[in-house]
Amino acid sequence: MIFSFDLLFEALIFGVLLGCFYAAVSIGLSVSFGLLDVPHVAHPAVMILGSYATYVVASYGIDPIVAGVILMPAFFVLGILIYRFYYEAFEKRGTEAAVRGLAFFFGLAFIIEVGLILVFGVDQRMVEAGYIGSSLELGDYRIPYRMLVAFGVALVLTFGLTLYLSKTFTGRAIKAVAQDEPALRLIGANPVRIKQWAFGIATGVSALAGAMLIIVGPVEPALDRVYIGRTFCVVVLAGLGSMTGTLAAGLILGIAESIVLMMLGASWAPAVAFGLLLLVLGIRPQGLFGR
Amino acid sequence: MKRSRREVLKAGAALAVVAGIPGRAFAQQGPVKVGMSMPQTGTLGAGGQAALVALRMWVDDVNQKGGLLGRKVEFIAYDDQSNPANTPGIYTKLLDVDRVDLLIAPYGTVPTAPVMPLAKQRGLLLMGNFSFQVNAKVQHDMWFNNSPWNDAASWSDGFMKNGQKLGAKSIAFLAADQEFAQNLANGARVLAKKANMKAVYDQNYPPTTTDFSSLIRGIRAAKPDMVFVMSYPNDSVAIVRAVNEIGVGSGVKMFGGGMVGLQFTPIMSSLGSLLNGIVNYNSYVPGMKYPGIEDFLQRYAKKAAEAKVDPLGFYLPPFNYAIGQMLEQAVNGTKSLDHKRMAEYLRKNEMKTIVGPIRYDKSGEWANPRVVQAQFRGVVDKDIEQFRKPGKQVVVYPDQYKTGDVIAPFEKARKAK
Repeated sequence: MIFSFDLLFEALIFGVLLGCFYAAVSIGLSVSFGLLDVPHVAHPAVMILGSYATYVVASYGIDPIVAGVILMPAFFVLGILIYRFYYEAFEKRGTEAAVRGLAFFFGLAFIIEVGLILVFGVDQRMVEAGYIGSSLELGDYRIPYRMLVAFGVALVLTFGLTLYLSKTFTGRAIKAVAQDEPALRLIGANPVRIKQWAFGIATGVSALAGAMLIIVGPVEPALDRVYIGRTFCVVVLAGLGSMTGTLAAGLILGIAESIVLMMLGASWAPAVAFGLLLLVLGIRPQGLFGR
Repeated sequence: MKRSRREVLKAGAALAVVAGIPGRAFAQQGPVKVGMSMPQTGTLGAGGQAALVALRMWVDDVNQKGGLLGRKVEFIAYDDQSNPANTPGIYTKLLDVDRVDLLIAPYGTVPTAPVMPLAKQRGLLLMGNFSFQVNAKVQHDMWFNNSPWNDAASWSDGFMKNGQKLGAKSIAFLAADQEFAQNLANGARVLAKKANMKAVYDQNYPPTTTDFSSLIRGIRAAKPDMVFVMSYPNDSVAIVRAVNEIGVGSGVKMFGGGMVGLQFTPIMSSLGSLLNGIVNYNSYVPGMKYPGIEDFLQRYAKKAAEAKVDPLGFYLPPFNYAIGQMLEQAVNGTKSLDHKRMAEYLRKNEMKTIVGPIRYDKSGEWANPRVVQAQFRGVVDKDIEQFRKPGKQVVVYPDQYKTGDVIAPFEKARKAK
């Protein structure tokens, strides 16, 4: 195996970019699973739905990122509908029923996957934009623009959501519903509506994450399976519900994968990343930024 | 009731006429069931769906001719989702519940490998479907693969020989951590050693790899003379894109070799000009002449458009149709559905197919392998039709199909028309 500080430095750069990408695809789950305790295993599938929706909108000549932003309101409404169904059918009936909700989300993921296959077929889909396929040259280093775009979107999403959750009334209510639902009820707020709103936001964010996914690489209907492990890993490593923690955990995972991949071998990358998760949970069961 | 001789003759003549109408006269016995599992979703799904179109075309054609042994042919295919864990269960169901008469293996090495012990244990004839060396260890004597390769040398030889001609002294290997790629990589490493090529980079990557930038940067840093990539469809696309962004270095003479996916039309058309310069394996490229293939491809194009699958279908569909043709010849040749007798027939006789004559060796692979190595040249973006004409994939190996020499180095070949 070749070792040089140049390679290490480059692995670090790619790790940061990859890490931000991981954070961006996990941030919706950080809200739905981390803050709301909804076992949303369909999160990556919803994201892939976002990728395909971006593909359709982008086919009219619209930039994929702009397409992702345009799709956010529609996905917000979709999120509200999904949560409402989950609440009425499962959550309202107690903890056991909520656990059965896990099966509901698995079912939802399969329906999305099969639906995409029926409409688009199993072929890969990709989008075109000026920043896809070219790279920024800095001396001997070449950094793909698509990864820089993902990096930027991840930062905007993380800080935007952090600000929203800490500075707005609804945002603080979302955090409150995660901590003490009865107390929220006592001050006159409706926890179900708050959760519904938060789930809408998480799903809306998935549309943009989906746009980023199809920018970073081609997508196919079953791609969600690749992301289930990674997204849950990032959210748990972060400490459930922490937005900045999600960014930090994404970075740790991305940098660890990138360095291991370049220095030790690609086959070790997932093992080291998930080994890291076990190690952190052994020392801090609440995750890096959990309370 | 008495019948006059004339009435009996009339009835006999009528029966003979009905029996002569193609596709209508089937014996009273049940249908001949042909069963398989096929990846219709997942990473091999695109290829699998195109292959199914071809197999269904064969079923229609054979039924038009009166079926097999006078019985209608019924085709049963289940989706294994490209997941090898699903295939043993599917084949057990095909055998024990559906009670199929003839078996075809799923497309690809990974889904096929777990079915091999079952086929051997039960002594079943199994027609292979573009898998690579799955029978090398199992040694099932009733296995017959439709793919134009044999051992690792048959696949990699063309790539290596062209590299040697160009004066390559070092090589980089990049292989998926999958059965197919590993089988191929192991053989390629031996060939490289024999050719005195130094392996300056050798990496296996897991199937969940998201971004290949770091790996391509690693290859670039190793400064190899040629790069041999063994990847699955989704990875192949990501690798080609990463090569375009990062570059593999000006010293690389040849890049490619064993990239699955670059034969599929949707991938070729979406990658477009990014393909230029890559030398990669193929099973068929326009310009290769076999009796019946052009008619098949024309008919396939119509069916593919309806099914929304690979519109050109050069890679898998003709070879899947050939599976049907071989089964047909074996059944008609032995006049039975007895697997042992059919296997013997397939072993001893040359099969006539739309992908040319096929003769099998002892291990059930092609006795005369014919893997084509072709270089993409002058490919433009967003044009599917360009791939129908010869010239966009210049055959550089084997000599009998050769239409040009490799343009090197890789960076120069990328700009060549």
